[in-house]
Amino acid sequence: MWRWLHPYAKPEVVYRLLGRWLPWVSIGAAAVLATGLVWGLAFAPADYQQGDSYRIIFVHVPTAMFSMSLYIAMAVAAFVGRVWQLKMADWALAAIAPIGIVFTFISLFTGAVWGKPMWGTWWEWDARLTSQLILFFLYIGVLALYHAFSDNRTGAKAAGILAMVGVINIPIIRYSVDWWNSLHQGATLTVFERPPMANSMLIPLLTCMLGFALLAGALVMQRMRNEILRQELRRPWVKMELQQGEQA
Amino acid sequence: MQATSWQALQAVMRRDLMVVMRRRSDVLNPLLFVLMVVTLFPLAVGPGPDILGRIAAGVIWVAALLSALLGSERLFREDYLDGTLEQLTLQPQPLALLAFGKVAVHWLLSGLPLVILAPLCALLLKLPLEGWSALVATLLVGTPILSAVTAIGAALTVSLGRGGALLSLLLLPLFIPLLIFASGAVEAALVGTEAWPQVLLLAGLSLLTLLLSPFAVAAAIRVSVN
Repeated sequence: MWRWLHPYAKPEVVYRLLGRWLPWVSIGAAAVLATGLVWGLAFAPADYQQGDSYRIIFVHVPTAMFSMSLYIAMAVAAFVGRVWQLKMADWALAAIAPIGIVFTFISLFTGAVWGKPMWGTWWEWDARLTSQLILFFLYIGVLALYHAFSDNRTGAKAAGILAMVGVINIPIIRYSVDWWNSLHQGATLTVFERPPMANSMLIPLLTCMLGFALLAGALVMQRMRNEILRQELRRPWVKMELQQGEQA
Repeated sequence: MQATSWQALQAVMRRDLMVVMRRRSDVLNPLLFVLMVVTLFPLAVGPGPDILGRIAAGVIWVAALLSALLGSERLFREDYLDGTLEQLTLQPQPLALLAFGKVAVHWLLSGLPLVILAPLCALLLKLPLEGWSALVATLLVGTPILSAVTAIGAALTVSLGRGGALLSLLLLPLFIPLLIFASGAVEAALVGTEAWPQVLLLAGLSLLTLLLSPFAVAAAIRVSVN
């Protein structure tokens, strides 16, 4: 496996590979996301209870899901960077974190917008909201630590340790807040327990999920390319790459 | 002759105790800070026992979290500056074990005094008597988590010099589950149900943290001294 994987530890190989994939993933993301969103926002039937405001689901659920997945991906990258000392993994951490922050923020924001007409409040201290907010803080902490050091390597390693510590925390947060909530009150949460969805809503939702996954992938790939260029700025291959870009 | 791991652990702990004992203000100041925060609340929200008693446990716990942040510099800063930390990484004994020794001493001098101070704070904040045992129990099993997690953050930021605000950003999210369980336990005691399940869960969490955190601290120290 190492023989096969070894070339991918070289920055220029990864850079070019990502460059080849990026257009396809971007086009795919744009196409699928446009289909899913237009379908969901304009053509899917309105909910019999919530009317049209349920349509926030097509943005809210995918971003919320992938905010978690991106954190786990970031922690895996941190683990790989820690164990096998691949600098590429360290850079992946820096590439993923900002996307994760934005996804988490979008899910929080759309959640608040959805909460106002449905629950009558922008914010409620219940299980999911709180855990999502903590995730947001964790992301910010990782990113802040990454940029706090003047030496990039040290920053990446430190941020990686924090990301791994944080991932242990994620299930704990979920359960602890559930407990806490059940002790105080559990009224608002029932909104989440909707009846099983009709296909006419489910299919656009799944399309949106795929679209957001592709979008996250494309954004991470682009950021990864930028990070590689930034870190390898003094290397000859970057110079050659940039010159070729100018000629083309 | 090479010292055994046990001897090295003892040596680290004895040294840390001695260092702190020669500068007692480092131990006293965070405790005074907790006392000050507790004093501020009756002035801020009014001295009525109905309000104070309800928020007492939460206030004491938040004060404990903040004082842990305040005292976190003490853990590794001096050792980093005078090179002790680098010497520790060069020891043949596992660094995680030595880190555990430092965490243990830190708890002994910051967590344990807080547990002892808690009844006084509870009295000042008029916490109903039913909540006292739960409060002390949660502090007793919860403060080791504070020390252990603070140590991770302190080790990560020790080479930065100006880690204060960053440290709170890193650590407070990790403290939230602790806060939730602890205040939940006291709340349960106040409404007359069993607080023990939550205290035991907190104790389990505490043991898990004590088991795993030394490795994270050791990794963070290695990153910082490089």
